Amino acid sequence: MLYSVDKKGFYGDFGGAFIPEMLYANIEELKNKYLEIIDEPDFQAEMNHLLKDYVGRPSPLYYAKRLSQHFNARIYLKREDLNHTGAHKINNTIGQILLAQRLGKTRIIAETGAGQHGVATATVCALMGLECIVYMGEVDIARQAPNVSRMKMLGAKVVPATSGSKTLKDATNEAIRDWINNPTDTHYIIGSVVGPHPYPDMVARFQAVISEEMKWQLKEQTGSQDPDIIIACVGGGSNAAGAFYHYLDSEKVRLVAVEAAGLGVDSGESAATSVLGTKGIIHGSRTLLMQTEDGQIIEPYSISAGLDYPGIGPLHSHLIVSKRAEAISITDQEALDAAFLVTRLEGIIPALESAHAFAAMHYLKYRSEDVIVINLSGRGDKDLSTYIKILES
Amino acid sequence: MNRIDQLFQYKKEGVLNIYFTAGFPALDDTTKIILALDKAGVDIIEIGMPYSDPMADGPTIQESGSKALKNGMTLNVLFDQLKNIRTKTQVPLLFMGYLNQMMQFGVDRFLNSCQQVGIDGLIIPDLPVDIYEEELKDKIENSGLHVIFLITPQTSESRIRKIDDLAKGFIYMVSSASITGAKSDISKSQLDYFKMVDTLQLKNPRLIGFGISNHDTFFQACQYAHGAIIGSAFIRHLETAENGVEDAVDTFVRSLRGNH
Repeated sequence: MLYSVDKKGFYGDFGGAFIPEMLYANIEELKNKYLEIIDEPDFQAEMNHLLKDYVGRPSPLYYAKRLSQHFNARIYLKREDLNHTGAHKINNTIGQILLAQRLGKTRIIAETGAGQHGVATATVCALMGLECIVYMGEVDIARQAPNVSRMKMLGAKVVPATSGSKTLKDATNEAIRDWINNPTDTHYIIGSVVGPHPYPDMVARFQAVISEEMKWQLKEQTGSQDPDIIIACVGGGSNAAGAFYHYLDSEKVRLVAVEAAGLGVDSGESAATSVLGTKGIIHGSRTLLMQTEDGQIIEPYSISAGLDYPGIGPLHSHLIVSKRAEAISITDQEALDAAFLVTRLEGIIPALESAHAFAAMHYLKYRSEDVIVINLSGRGDKDLSTYIKILES
Repeated sequence: MNRIDQLFQYKKEGVLNIYFTAGFPALDDTTKIILALDKAGVDIIEIGMPYSDPMADGPTIQESGSKALKNGMTLNVLFDQLKNIRTKTQVPLLFMGYLNQMMQFGVDRFLNSCQQVGIDGLIIPDLPVDIYEEELKDKIENSGLHVIFLITPQTSESRIRKIDDLAKGFIYMVSSASITGAKSDISKSQLDYFKMVDTLQLKNPRLIGFGISNHDTFFQACQYAHGAIIGSAFIRHLETAENGVEDAVDTFVRSLRGNH
């Protein structure tokens, strides 16, 4: 089975570039140049330097002793929460900003849900001295206020997306429109493994550093580079793509993609795409998405702004449909409970998104000797107001 | 013969194509608007199939689509509204919408329904040329429908020629790098682009769209192409209509044509 992208930009039946002609030249330029640019020694050197000295990589792989006792397994946490800006998102924005510079672009746009990708984009734009515009749903601006302030302090302009559900999907629509209107000077830094080819593959490559490090860290700590199970949350799916990347062809390593069930998969307020989704087109990609019979995209719901997306990246659709990955859906309440469990057992406050990955332990079938890596994609500072409400109730 | 081809056989200039969103302002305005546009002398009518996430459209068309969806518009409703339209008008009719709508309705079922009600062509901005060639060209050509392709100022000459080879009916020239409804004047660089394409001697007629909003921009565009397409400006006019959609159509088309 082939899990990498094919020449036409598809993962099996999913992917491609379903874009209007207005974006053709931009996407074609990216498609023709991204691999060549990424492979340049000078690009690699600059990226690796920034990942090490600016982001703080490698991120630790930490054996979570008390959590392991609690679940009777051997649980390791990949600490992406310790990266500069507090999540895995910066791995991708470092790569893309270097790419944008080499393409001669001077203006950067991005979409953001939880604000983590927006902050990571605003950060690298400040670092490189480039203009930065971040589209963010009006609803998300309200529920992720600290990240909005961070982006503004970093010099980015935060533009509210006021159409549709006013969340990540709509912010992405607005960013695509901005790119249509500004095709020559602008690079669009997509934050997840979504969108038209080559974005899903490009973002996965920039996030692949997560599993690249996991291999030698696991070898050091357990004697084997292969864990039994890797668990990661999936909105669009970039942290999961990075955590799975170097294990895609190691079929005995189980890959678990954790989606947001919101108020429950059957509640009508959910973002569990692999259960509720069917094949369709969203943001230029053929993938699984939540839609009506008439092909209208359904507005998703999750307490977690980063998982509140009606589709998943085409790689994940392919992995789930081909049964290479297992999907588990976790409700808001289960994620909140897991966030408090991890905090009290390990002294780590996880992002609400990552809390979904921890909650999946309750549903997962495993043996006590299994080595399980949970990708701790981000820290929970941005979710404190949500957590504090629970503490006070 | 396809009605679009018939039109361009006798009309080579000043072709007026007007877009409206099906089910807007009211659900049952669809046929009223078509018949009024026909009566007012509009040459081609583009019927927008409202979509939740219209990537290539600006706020005016997106909002009209959201209202139409709230009004209850679906493809089933639309085909039902149009089932007797060919007993009343022979004006060329196009559907404009997104690929996902066609996919979910079922491509074969969609094409059959289009044929039955008498649709002449499709504009699907997110249908890539290569996917059209590989997956849909034969089916769509067999159904007698024309797929209208877009070109933009960023489209290279070699790609314009490739699109011209594939295209049927006419080529939709996007006037500038933009979503629909974005601009109000025609700039020097746009004129240069219109003139450049004019010299390519393409086999298909060309209509200019995006940012064409009034008498002046319509006639400017018509100097360099066979005609022009107006969408957002018409939607905005419908929104302010006080004496019913028929009257709104009449006043709008009159203001466009002016004394010409």
